Amino acid sequence: MSEEYLHSVTLDKDLCKGCTNCISHCPTEAIRVRDGKAMIISNRCIDCGQCIRTCPSHAKKAVSDPLDMLNKYTFKVALPAPSFYAQFKNVPIDTVLTALKKIGFDDVYEVASAAEIASIATAELLEKVKSPRPMISSSCPAVVRLIQVRFPSLIEHVIKIQTPMEIAARIVKNQIYPDKRGLGVFFISPCPAKVTSVRVPLGNEKSEVDGVIAQKDIYPALRKIIKTIDKPEHLSKASSLGIRWGHSDGESEAVNSKKSISVDGIDHVIRVLEQIESEDFHHIEFIEAMACPGGCVGGTLTVENPFIARSRLKRYSMACENRGIKDSDQLTEFDISWTKEIYSHPVLKLSENMSEAIKMMDEIEKIDAELPGLDCGSCGAPTCHSLAEDIVTGKAQKTDCIFILRDEIKKVAGQMAELERRMPQTRNFDKR
Amino acid sequence: MQLNFSIPGDDMDLAGIASSTLKKKLQQIGVDNSVIKRTVVALYEAEINMVIHGGGGDITINVTPTEIQCELVDHGPGIADVNLAMQEGYSTATDAIREMGFGAGMGLPNIQRNSDHMEIHTVPGEGTTVKIMIKIG
Repeated sequence: MSEEYLHSVTLDKDLCKGCTNCISHCPTEAIRVRDGKAMIISNRCIDCGQCIRTCPSHAKKAVSDPLDMLNKYTFKVALPAPSFYAQFKNVPIDTVLTALKKIGFDDVYEVASAAEIASIATAELLEKVKSPRPMISSSCPAVVRLIQVRFPSLIEHVIKIQTPMEIAARIVKNQIYPDKRGLGVFFISPCPAKVTSVRVPLGNEKSEVDGVIAQKDIYPALRKIIKTIDKPEHLSKASSLGIRWGHSDGESEAVNSKKSISVDGIDHVIRVLEQIESEDFHHIEFIEAMACPGGCVGGTLTVENPFIARSRLKRYSMACENRGIKDSDQLTEFDISWTKEIYSHPVLKLSENMSEAIKMMDEIEKIDAELPGLDCGSCGAPTCHSLAEDIVTGKAQKTDCIFILRDEIKKVAGQMAELERRMPQTRNFDKR
Repeated sequence: MQLNFSIPGDDMDLAGIASSTLKKKLQQIGVDNSVIKRTVVALYEAEINMVIHGGGGDITINVTPTEIQCELVDHGPGIADVNLAMQEGYSTATDAIREMGFGAGMGLPNIQRNSDHMEIHTVPGEGTTVKIMIKIG
């Protein structure tokens, strides 16, 4: 329950102006501005990257592994996410993969191939397993963490299949290079939540991925190499089934359930999860839920505009329709189910004692009613209600609200004027 | 802890506000997830009923460490035959409401299934009061 959270999303204090733009966009109310700088409440952060997207000063950053981390290994395998192909205009997938081999990797394994395996396994699960409906995809780690923090009752809806990234790493380590010494496996990532997933795995004790390289970090060097490639090696094997996972709708199309929906963008995901909790969606079988707009191509570690990337990836995947995995028996030599349960992170809980918590809640409502209700963010909290929570939990005070502060000043000023009028009558101030 | 809501009729956008607000507060006071789930489903259903059939109304919710009590009062047409309304699949919703995916019947039985105690007081022509009680722990 209390596993230590290590995050990819961090703050560059020097760049932060304390402008409060990020606080109102955070889906878990995990940011406060204190002493003129944003501060991330670590156990609430789900690494969705929403603050990175909204920060006008580019002070929110995602920390991934540096490229020189490759030097620690003697045999390096790159695992490019499907979204990576969409970063390059009119560059065949074979050329991108060949370029990865030229830049320092010894081999490549497409995460799109692993996504095909996950698609087939998900379809089987939908057919055979009678768990609560709708089943929710676990491929977006930010969504899984959102469920842990804000929608704990939906944990039993989450599909317990490893992500394509983990499946790919396991295929490389267990099947392709089982005895290779000095083997390092690197995911070429569109998103910070994947970085966190490698450090603090979901559904696993340990991730088999050794490092996560941001797509935007490797892009400039790779682009130069791509220009020099005349005859690319024939390396791409994945079919459209897996490549489509890089954009919204792709996964649900690959899973091919008639009663499925796909939702992208964290705010839309929250609305859908709310409705699942009210049982509005029990007639839906499968939900693809992506935190980023447009799906993984909208990740904050990508380079290309997400809408261009999505359209491009659709085009690229169509060219790879008639290949890939056909027989589910040939999938993997290992079980791709989760090996570890996930639990709720009740970080919103006010107190361990329920009577005490109810008392605190009453106090919060009382204070909230006194606050202006503008949710202006000037106090450093995202909403008036969250300021009321912070006050009751001892992290803030009423006068942090500039409107309350102004009223207090007015009161004190009035008292001073009143005091001044009450000057002793023994002196005549006019005849000084 | 007491929460009060005034829900207008014929505005499906606002239907659900009480259950989603209550959900967050129950999480914050540490109520068990399975209890929260039942509460949300029962209250949401009752809320939707109040908007569709009752023309809106008032919701009062009281939470103590032992139970959650919800009272929904509307001044709508009332329920002519409560026993009939309690049957699975029975619905009087209009086509417009059904097109939004609501009004498939099952409302009242679903509330009963998810609550520990449920009471309906209804007077045709005057309105309906639905009381839902769910035990905590």
